[in-house]
Amino acid sequence: MMKTSLHIKGVHDALLIKVDDGAWTDVRPALVESIEAQEDFFQGARVALEVGERALGAAELGSLRDALARMDITLAAVISTHPATQDAAADLGIARSLAHRPRKDPLEMEGVDTEVGGDDAIFIQRTLRSGNNVRFAGHVIVLGDVNPGAEIVAGGNIIIWGRLRGVVHAGAAGNEQACICALELAPTQLRIASHVAVSPKRPRKPKPEMAHIRNGELMAEEWRTPRF
Amino acid sequence: MSAKVITVTSGKGGVGKTTATANLAVALAQMNEKVVAIDADIGLRNLDVVMGLENRIVYDLVDVVEGRCKLRQAMIRDKRFPELFLIPAAQTRDKTAVSPKDMVKLCDDLRAEYDWVLIDSPAGIERGFRNAIAPADMILVMTNPEVSAVRDADRIIGLIEADEKGPGLLVINRVKPAMVKRGDMLSQEDIVDVLAIDLIGIVPEDENVLIASNQGRAAVLDERSKAGRAFVNIALRLKGEDIPFDELDDRDGFFDRILKFGRAGGDS
Repeated sequence: MMKTSLHIKGVHDALLIKVDDGAWTDVRPALVESIEAQEDFFQGARVALEVGERALGAAELGSLRDALARMDITLAAVISTHPATQDAAADLGIARSLAHRPRKDPLEMEGVDTEVGGDDAIFIQRTLRSGNNVRFAGHVIVLGDVNPGAEIVAGGNIIIWGRLRGVVHAGAAGNEQACICALELAPTQLRIASHVAVSPKRPRKPKPEMAHIRNGELMAEEWRTPRF
Repeated sequence: MSAKVITVTSGKGGVGKTTATANLAVALAQMNEKVVAIDADIGLRNLDVVMGLENRIVYDLVDVVEGRCKLRQAMIRDKRFPELFLIPAAQTRDKTAVSPKDMVKLCDDLRAEYDWVLIDSPAGIERGFRNAIAPADMILVMTNPEVSAVRDADRIIGLIEADEKGPGLLVINRVKPAMVKRGDMLSQEDIVDVLAIDLIGIVPEDENVLIASNQGRAAVLDERSKAGRAFVNIALRLKGEDIPFDELDDRDGFFDRILKFGRAGGDS
């Protein structure tokens, strides 16, 4: 079997492979063998094949696409100057050049698309000032500070990416698993479910902390990624 | 010519709104600007006292709003500056006598002929405050380097932001540099850190303010007064000049004198 060295070029987000000259019956298995030899490199990749003037039918393109798919490679485009090949590609829904991308725009999303699961949260991108009030049944996330005199009441967790200096109540409906996290945890008063605590005088060097209930007691500790 | 309407407010009482309004009005008048100061603290008026004009009150803000006099009749001309006027508050009524709409209309009537309208807001967050900010183009938030004053200032800023009149410009009043150095008093950085708005003035604690106010004079007229100089700087910044924030530096220090001497004697 003739071993082909692959001519690969990165184009857009695909790998463009220029197929060697020669009969398709020879070139095709060599191509697949070469790709198999570097399966790790190609895994998950999108591949565009430049086949030149060859006339390839739907059957040939289809079988090649399947062979690649078995290696977790997507045949994104077949580039050819032969009209028959172009038609065959079109019939199979394969692009005829890399400019056309039939792939869905990842930013077009309807609703939440995840197999991981999650809960409702409200995201607030500003500093909460004295007198500001946020009440939400789910989780509350603030990108900013929470000044003294500001108040957050959440049924879920409260995450402050900033300085927490106001009053916060997480797990307000009774959820003792709720937690409160902040880059600087210095609240006027902190509540989780029915537990209430004040912040002890903190040393000047602030670090990210999480407050939660452990062994029936409300405590704050330095942030370490927990195992939920 | 269209006047800039500036409201001086704070939330907390006693931080220096009236002092600032009076001093900024005089500072601007000294720079040949046409200024009208309005006391919006109905029922607890004191801008007239601090400006030394209490004996000259015939008509007040409520008389104008209720149509008992023309606007010009209520405007008292300052003794020293022909282009500085005061519209005093009423002392025998309360803040419900005037509405935000009334204030907007009154300021609109003044805009064409004057350069600045300064409104002295009452303390608090109720009707008086709402009246005072309604016509404002710009709001000066006064505070002291003291925790409850800063808390109230934060509340006020939140309210003016919610009204889309924000964010306001900050004046930190009654600063004692020695206490700040010792760590006994909030520093400018501590305060701006929480309030997160731009600073337009820092005014040091100064006995001369009280002395002047008792005489119905503004501290800006006293060259020895550091607070007076600070208010002049604020007036200059309001006019768009870029004045460095060195009000707390020891101006008459040894180093300063040496430099002055050097410049006078030598040639570069």
